[in-house]
Amino acid sequence: MFRNVAELVELASTQNKKISDIMIEQEMEVTGRTKEQILEQMNVNLTVMEQAVERGLNGVRSHSGLTGGDAVLLQKYIQSGKSLCGDTILDAVSKAVATNEVNAAMGTICATPTAGSAGVVPGTLFAVRDKLQPTREQMIAFLFTSGAFGFVVANNASISGAAGGCQAEVGSAAGMAAAAIVEMAGGTPAQCAEAMAITLKNMLGLVCDPVAGLVEVPCVKRNAMGAANAMVAADMALAGITSRIPCDEVIDAMYKIGQTMPTALKETAQGGLAATPTGRRLEAKIFGIPHVHGEQQQ
Amino acid sequence: MKYKSVFDIIGPVMIGPSSSHTAGAARIGRVARSLFGREPKWAKISLYGSFAQTYKGHGTDVAIIGGLLDFDTFDERIIGSISIAQSNGMQITFIEEEAIPEHPNTAKVFIGDDQGELELVGISIGGGKIEITELNGFELRLSGHHPAILVVHNDRFGAIASVSNILASHELNIGHMEVSRKEKGMLALMTIEVDQNIDDSVIKELEALDHVVKVAKIVE
Repeated sequence: MFRNVAELVELASTQNKKISDIMIEQEMEVTGRTKEQILEQMNVNLTVMEQAVERGLNGVRSHSGLTGGDAVLLQKYIQSGKSLCGDTILDAVSKAVATNEVNAAMGTICATPTAGSAGVVPGTLFAVRDKLQPTREQMIAFLFTSGAFGFVVANNASISGAAGGCQAEVGSAAGMAAAAIVEMAGGTPAQCAEAMAITLKNMLGLVCDPVAGLVEVPCVKRNAMGAANAMVAADMALAGITSRIPCDEVIDAMYKIGQTMPTALKETAQGGLAATPTGRRLEAKIFGIPHVHGEQQQ
Repeated sequence: MKYKSVFDIIGPVMIGPSSSHTAGAARIGRVARSLFGREPKWAKISLYGSFAQTYKGHGTDVAIIGGLLDFDTFDERIIGSISIAQSNGMQITFIEEEAIPEHPNTAKVFIGDDQGELELVGISIGGGKIEITELNGFELRLSGHHPAILVVHNDRFGAIASVSNILASHELNIGHMEVSRKEKGMLALMTIEVDQNIDDSVIKELEALDHVVKVAKIVE
């Protein structure tokens, strides 16, 4: 069993396997289930992701009215041919946004690693699909590779915004996605780890400050930028760029930053964007009087 | 290691918007429901930390009630669970606690009807994964690293042996086990951590035993 990224990369490199293979083998060992059962469960999750993206691209609105419709705007903009930063990145961004808009509307999604960060992994996967033309099996492998890196983060740091801030959620998701893109594009296990490290380094310190405590503002747009970050970092790693700080040390730094982050910035809606005049005004509009303590009979 | 499976990371499939505050909350409610064994007539839910601050926005309230109605994390009926519960006659109270909990996402679920009560404390540790830290005043010292079951049983000789025999017959190895009771001869609780996931058929077999009142899976 691998405990950190260094062991994961070592296992894959010495056995000449992919990260996804190592993750599937470990899952078989831990749960006692067959490879077919495990692949089928991931296939079900992949289908949920596809349906969420499709639903978001058709346009959804959250109950609060704070989010929805941005994925549609982005797709129209891409089709206009005027995009500055390239269609693949913007496609990833729009599909990440689509997923999180569905999540905000209390639709069905697959947490990757959390619901608040559920857009990044599928967003990037469905965007690189057009370019890399993967088989269904390779798309499933993409999810195992992201899962392997998320597994290390979850066990050595945190994937909870309440415990570690947004860096632990969208930061982890973006790192997971970057690593999986690299594997799908033909990069080595070591390059996967570099992509994860480069991504996460650029997410360090990101706070969790949802307006009105809703997983909407700024969560949807943080997923957008998480996807863009993952795409760029994957290209950097594939170009041969390495991180001066090893991936495991970046994960450890993320954990320690999360521990020292004030509670007001860890999913309590007490600080950051949630505490801005507009954030407070939106909160009052949605819930009436904000945060009355004591018993409430429903 | 707290997270054992890749599906803790890529999953669960769930109703939005938050894995910890919605899916995890639904799972805490559902463990309480399965331990109680029936739909309660009343529910007093105390929310602590981030749960208390943001439960309305995250749908933590509808999720816990959805769990009490035995809905899974992906069950779309969660969205309307409070009105479903109320039309079933459930009295629901939410209490926003000011005390600072050990874990930021903590909920105390106190449920009951005219036949009994149950109090459970659960924490949602991220990505939809939960741990149960207290049941009816029994402190649970579960690592959360292995699949685990709770067995509520009558404090009689042979009860523990009958449970471990069934686990042995399914080749399930017990890694850690604790037995606690409040009073001799009354209700007692076995907390059992095993190495593999336990099938629902095994749970049913355990529940059929003499002296076993209720069995629930709490870590998968």
